[in-house]
Amino acid sequence: MADKFVFEKAMKRLEEIVSLLEKGDATLESSLMLFEEGTSLIRGCSAALDNAQQKLKILTVGENGPEESDFEGKE
Amino acid sequence: MSTQRPLTVTEISGYIKTLLDKDEILSQVAVAGELSNYKIHSTGHHYFTLKDDGAVISAVMFRAEAGRLKFRPESGMKVILYGRVSSFPRSGQYQIYVSHMQPDGVGALYVAFEQLKAKLQAEGLFAKSHKKPLPPFPGRVALVTSPTGAAVRDMIRILGRRFPACEVLVCPVKVQGEGAAEEIAAMIRYVDAHKLADVIITGRGGGSIEDLWAFNEEIVARAIYECELPVISAVGHEPDITISDYVADVRAATPSNAAELAVYDAAELKTRLRNAYSRIYQSEARIIGEKGQRLAEIKRKRILSEPEAYLTDRRMYLELLRQKMEAAEAKRLSLLRERFAAVAATMDAISPLKVIKRGYSIAESGGRIIRSTDEVAAGDRVDVRLTDGRLLCVVENKVKEG
Repeated sequence: MADKFVFEKAMKRLEEIVSLLEKGDATLESSLMLFEEGTSLIRGCSAALDNAQQKLKILTVGENGPEESDFEGKE
Repeated sequence: MSTQRPLTVTEISGYIKTLLDKDEILSQVAVAGELSNYKIHSTGHHYFTLKDDGAVISAVMFRAEAGRLKFRPESGMKVILYGRVSSFPRSGQYQIYVSHMQPDGVGALYVAFEQLKAKLQAEGLFAKSHKKPLPPFPGRVALVTSPTGAAVRDMIRILGRRFPACEVLVCPVKVQGEGAAEEIAAMIRYVDAHKLADVIITGRGGGSIEDLWAFNEEIVARAIYECELPVISAVGHEPDITISDYVADVRAATPSNAAELAVYDAAELKTRLRNAYSRIYQSEARIIGEKGQRLAEIKRKRILSEPEAYLTDRRMYLELLRQKMEAAEAKRLSLLRERFAAVAATMDAISPLKVIKRGYSIAESGGRIIRSTDEVAAGDRVDVRLTDGRLLCVVENKVKEG
């Protein structure tokens, strides 16, 4: 679930940065830092979208808890 | 008059019961009528009467049969009873022993559906305030559905096309037939307990009302209601609405629709990312532009363009102030001096010494100034004061004038 963590957080932070910059009251230094951060988040999110390969699992209710294996039902 | 011995009540009642029990028609009847006096005994047996305009018949439905009812019978309801007619000698009554009951007119399932819906609604299971928002970017979606069939394939395909970064966990359950509702409910609880995903989609493809029935069962409704993870219900086709749809956080018209609701479309997201970029780029450009302009404005001010001149100005001003201050002080001193000179002049003018200086002298006798010849006689000693000393004289003679 690491992917989700990064993506969701990144999108949230990105929205924050957009509104901070649009408010326009940041100092030059901090606005430049926000801009840098924003562009790197955008790069990260775009890469996540472009490179993702759907992971497909099937759940088995095992004796020692949930077990997952690759799901072959996809065609 | 028969001479036979009279029968006992038990005997005649037993005979009647035998007659009724061996009758083929009475052993398997279906009777339509209206329920009245409906009572559920503490033993779990149901006692009631069935009536129409012309007659009334008692009926009993024992606990085992009553437990299989898909709806809750009530007085006034039109029903069809299935069972046999027999008598109960202890009460002297004949009655229908009901093995099965279904609502007349509308389908039994429909009634069951409406009743459960009303009950759960009253309990607040459909409350908007209880509904949870879906996570905007689920890392994982759990599909509580049949692992075979079109529904699961459609969902996997659409999830993969829209947002491949989201993992899919197929949680296989039976979606119809005996025990399906229990399996679905248990799986929802299991996925929730282990937090195996960020959102759950439960549902199945289209089918008859009986096929979809598991999603109208109370046990599934409660599992969805109590689930901490958000649940999307996706049962059948657009017009099919199940109890699950009402309880779920989000109702999808179809399984495919559920997949669309669960994740953003990556293409749409990329557009959003591009927009975000152009927005922060423009904002940053504007900020830089504004700061540049302010810098230019400040630069135009003299202190920065000609710092030396500015300092000179300041110095000159300071000098001016100093001069003003000195002038004021000098004026004050000269006034004082003038006043002092005037006082001194007056003092000088009235000084007796000054008179002497002009050639006059002062004559004194016995320490007193002599103002008249009458004040001395010939032979007296007088002192004559001059500027630089005294003359000690003796009067020789007096000449009075005037």
